[in-house]
Amino acid sequence: MTIRTFTASILCSLSLLISPLLSADEAQDKGLVIAKEMKSRDRGWVDSSAEMEMVLHSRGGRETRREMRILALEVQNDGDKSMTIFDSPNDVKGTAFLSFTHNNADDDQWLYLPALKRVKRIASKNKSGQFMGSEFSYEDLSSFEVEEYDYRWLRDEELNGALCFVVEIIPRDKYSGYTREIVWIDQEHYRAMKIEFYDRKDGVLKTLTLSDYQLHLDKFWRPAKQTMVNERNGKSTEVLLRNYQFRSGLDEQDFTENSLKRAR
Amino acid sequence: MMNSKQLTAILFAGLIAPPSHAEFLGYVGLQARAFPSTAADPAQGSETISGVLAPEWYQQWNDGDDSLNVKAFYRYDSQDDERSHADLREFYWQHVGNNWELTVGVNTIFWGVTESQHLVDIINQTDFIEAPDGEDKLGQPMIHYASIQDWGVVDVFVLPAFRPRQFAGEEGRLRSIPITQNDTEQYQSDKEDKHIDYALRWSHYLGDWNLGLSWFQGTSREPIYLPQISTTSVTLLPYYALIEQSGLDAQYVSGDWLWKLEAIYRRGIGHSIAEDFAASTAGFEYTLTSINSLYWDLGLLLEYSHDTRDRINAGPFQNDVFVGGRLSLNDIASSELLFGYSQDIDEQASRSAFMEASTRLGDSTRITAEIYHFHSDSNNDPIYSLRRDSYVELGLEFYY
Repeated sequence: MTIRTFTASILCSLSLLISPLLSADEAQDKGLVIAKEMKSRDRGWVDSSAEMEMVLHSRGGRETRREMRILALEVQNDGDKSMTIFDSPNDVKGTAFLSFTHNNADDDQWLYLPALKRVKRIASKNKSGQFMGSEFSYEDLSSFEVEEYDYRWLRDEELNGALCFVVEIIPRDKYSGYTREIVWIDQEHYRAMKIEFYDRKDGVLKTLTLSDYQLHLDKFWRPAKQTMVNERNGKSTEVLLRNYQFRSGLDEQDFTENSLKRAR
Repeated sequence: MMNSKQLTAILFAGLIAPPSHAEFLGYVGLQARAFPSTAADPAQGSETISGVLAPEWYQQWNDGDDSLNVKAFYRYDSQDDERSHADLREFYWQHVGNNWELTVGVNTIFWGVTESQHLVDIINQTDFIEAPDGEDKLGQPMIHYASIQDWGVVDVFVLPAFRPRQFAGEEGRLRSIPITQNDTEQYQSDKEDKHIDYALRWSHYLGDWNLGLSWFQGTSREPIYLPQISTTSVTLLPYYALIEQSGLDAQYVSGDWLWKLEAIYRRGIGHSIAEDFAASTAGFEYTLTSINSLYWDLGLLLEYSHDTRDRINAGPFQNDVFVGGRLSLNDIASSELLFGYSQDIDEQASRSAFMEASTRLGDSTRITAEIYHFHSDSNNDPIYSLRRDSYVELGLEFYY
């Protein structure tokens, strides 16, 4: 692990050395341009839904599966809205989570507990916690918004045969669980292929690999598989997304406390 | 109660329309409870084994705009016949329009934000024989219309039947001494449990604020206990007054802080023996995230409650401080520990504490452990009757 961290920091320093053509400002501008292009290519999906399966792998190789459905609504000039409905394990069936992400403001989050028929507001800075015992945090699963990070292009690099921009992104939210992230974005379609998450000790905490990208509505690329490996504890979680539907007529009314209570 | 024709129509509609989504779920459970202290009344037992069945059925049709929701509940208790009880927690048809919802049938509605007690929450009767924390509710027959607007949600309720509170029997623990008799309820209203109650609520979410204003008119869910003295015994009869209750609940989110307030004003209607009073609970929940390398979360709770009624008539939270916490391990087993301690400010000896823990075993089974402790030495204290009823409970629940 230490070797890996060491290598990573060497690579970072090297990348600074071998890109003397760009000043710090220019590298930031380029990073921002890439992020904006990435977001703009993903505009216009209106609403989406998908079935999600999480496969949690313990260090000893034991597998645990969790199923849920995710509904999302694109919001103009602000962050997206999303609802997650839990289908398994059985004791959490019917539990649902509603989130409004905001540009430059804390997200609004609610959790519906069916046993008490109670909707609970969640303190919005609670982002770094683990999601369902997986290696994903709430933050990892929320929608990407350009305004939530600062950017710096580091270098261009080939990853699995695809030429990628390698961009460092720094969360503006001081309550983020990460100090920075390094993202590999393929230059042809502006899709995130890999993300390294760094913690306060500036070591790689987790690595996310996004794969099996599928094209929807001739415009939107979605990864059918995301694998998060925790570099510290050796555990990993796969997220498999199936049955993507777009523009199926969801609207604001489907993302309210009332709709959360009747989500099934 | 919903008339049977309506119900048949709903059921029938559910069967003939192409079902777009149906679910059958629920749980069965087994609990063992032990009371270490000698009972205050020799008739009361010291341990009990009980079992619970809670099946649920959900059927959706008309593209999800209509649904039938059924949730039944049955508990068998080896010690106390009165605690062996069945209830229809939910049996309702719901139609969802573009910005409105109509619910007809039996349902459970929760209002409020605080944790130590639920002052504003008034639609359903509390099922205290199920658990002393007051979180379990009896199903309430209702017609409920909700209008969802940009400026908030308005809920209108017509409640055509009243559910009286049920009390533990002779052999049961966690009951009043002298015993409160079941099926001997007295009502202020001539219509008794057929009095039609009404409720209104406006609630809104505005950024970091959640606000609710509510109003209820009808039979109080909380009885007044009237001593009934005969030549051989003393018992208590529950008396249900007619009341009007106005409520306010507010919550403000700021970073890791959740600030909470609930306040009510209740007044008697007509020639009521119920005292007019105000009560409130205010406090906060502060969440510490990732407190260790295993990413445990710890939510800290502090709440203060006040009630203007005299101590003897007030609830258990007439001038009390509650401190508690919720520890979430965020592990695969969703392990959780909830604990709390309530201290009466006027009376040092009046206090209670609880701890509830649960974790998952495999995919479908939860193991639960619960400890409740009650302490009091003044007989005008609402928890005085429970002072010897501290208990430990272990349980197993299987979800399907």
